[in-house]
Amino acid sequence: MAEEVILLDTWPSPFGMRVRVALREKGVVFDLREEDLSNKSPLLLKMNPVHKKIPVLIHNGKPVSESLIIVQYIDATWVRQSPLLPSDPYEHARARFWADYVDKKMYSGGRMVWLSTGEAQEVAKKEFIECLKVLEGELGDRAYFGGGRFGYVDVSLIPFYSYFYALEASANFSVAEECPKLVAWAKRCMQRESVAKSLPDQYKLYDHMLERKKIQEQ
Amino acid sequence: MDGVKLHGVWASPFSTRVIWALKLKGIPFDYVEEDLSNKSASLLRYNPVHKKIPVLVHGGRPVCESMVIVEYLEEAWPQFPLLPSDPHERAVARFWVKFIEDKSLNVWIAGRSAGEEQEKPMRDSSEMLAILEEHGPNKGKKFFGGDSINIVDIAFGGVAYWMRVIEEVSGGKMFDAAKLPRLNAWMANFESSPVIAKNLPDRGKLRDYFVPVRAKILSSSTSK
Repeated sequence: MAEEVILLDTWPSPFGMRVRVALREKGVVFDLREEDLSNKSPLLLKMNPVHKKIPVLIHNGKPVSESLIIVQYIDATWVRQSPLLPSDPYEHARARFWADYVDKKMYSGGRMVWLSTGEAQEVAKKEFIECLKVLEGELGDRAYFGGGRFGYVDVSLIPFYSYFYALEASANFSVAEECPKLVAWAKRCMQRESVAKSLPDQYKLYDHMLERKKIQEQ
Repeated sequence: MDGVKLHGVWASPFSTRVIWALKLKGIPFDYVEEDLSNKSASLLRYNPVHKKIPVLVHGGRPVCESMVIVEYLEEAWPQFPLLPSDPHERAVARFWVKFIEDKSLNVWIAGRSAGEEQEKPMRDSSEMLAILEEHGPNKGKKFFGGDSINIVDIAFGGVAYWMRVIEEVSGGKMFDAAKLPRLNAWMANFESSPVIAKNLPDRGKLRDYFVPVRAKILSSSTSK
């Protein structure tokens, strides 16, 4: 039976990146469709009526929404290659906990750093660095958050690496100085074809964010 | 089998959700009531990241975050399944759990605020309910899980029951039964079902617990 896999996405979305990485890790052939969020496609509105957001994975006509839920679905559906979640229930729960931590902290934390200025930005920066340090602590001396193997938590976090340059430029700090092990981990992940293909160029992303900021400030 | 211990607070919707999952699955466990003003050394050791309850300890290893715990219980104890076996249906169930988790923050915020500050969280909570009413997977069914309670029922049960306490304590209306006939019916089904009915904290006691908690939060925020 022909398998139809469509991903509704936008190139700068860290959430979309997670799904792209997971699909590529599994060697799934998919149709990547770039959405214009100011003019959402009828397909997007039909497949995610509750949130009307990307990413949405459409597998043989059935939609799955919410990036981490999509990653779990991908892992459960394409089982032969690159398992992303541990089979041991406790390790599985630990992976869930840390992906949940990433979800709670990284997007909103990074956004605060990007959008605030002066004293408020200093506070946001400190908090963001603190979260990165917690993650670095959890990583420890392991190659990946998944242990010896690239896994679910790695997928959940690596997209935010593409945003580091923009945040560093905006708030005047260096993630490599604050969290060298975490940056080493990120570079390790970037060696994987699935990741290198799925993350945008950090300079292109910075430029895009600057353009958006200009538009929003008008 | 290694022992199971749950660190919780009787008045917490989050630890109650875990109790529901444990009881539905028939998993024996010990319960430790935590005093949040004086957290035990164990709690801080088991959950150093968030320092919150509930924490489930199984064979000495901690699992934190109520819905992460429920997923863990589902994997480690397959009886009374709380998730469908089909991957797409699982994804749909998880979608609604996430929706409830993300949107119900407004309910707790409404409980902690007053006057003008309370208006938006109240509105957003009502919007969450409207979306669940319209799109929720319980359409034409007894529970979100169909004939039996599943993970979505557990997630929402924690919110729905406490929402009415918060309404009483904070004097606002989020749940309009007339506008939410399906959810209203669901609530009656859920709260009267055997295991849940026996594990619902008393409404009056919850109210008595939250009145001073709310007063303290409001007074400390105005004295800034």
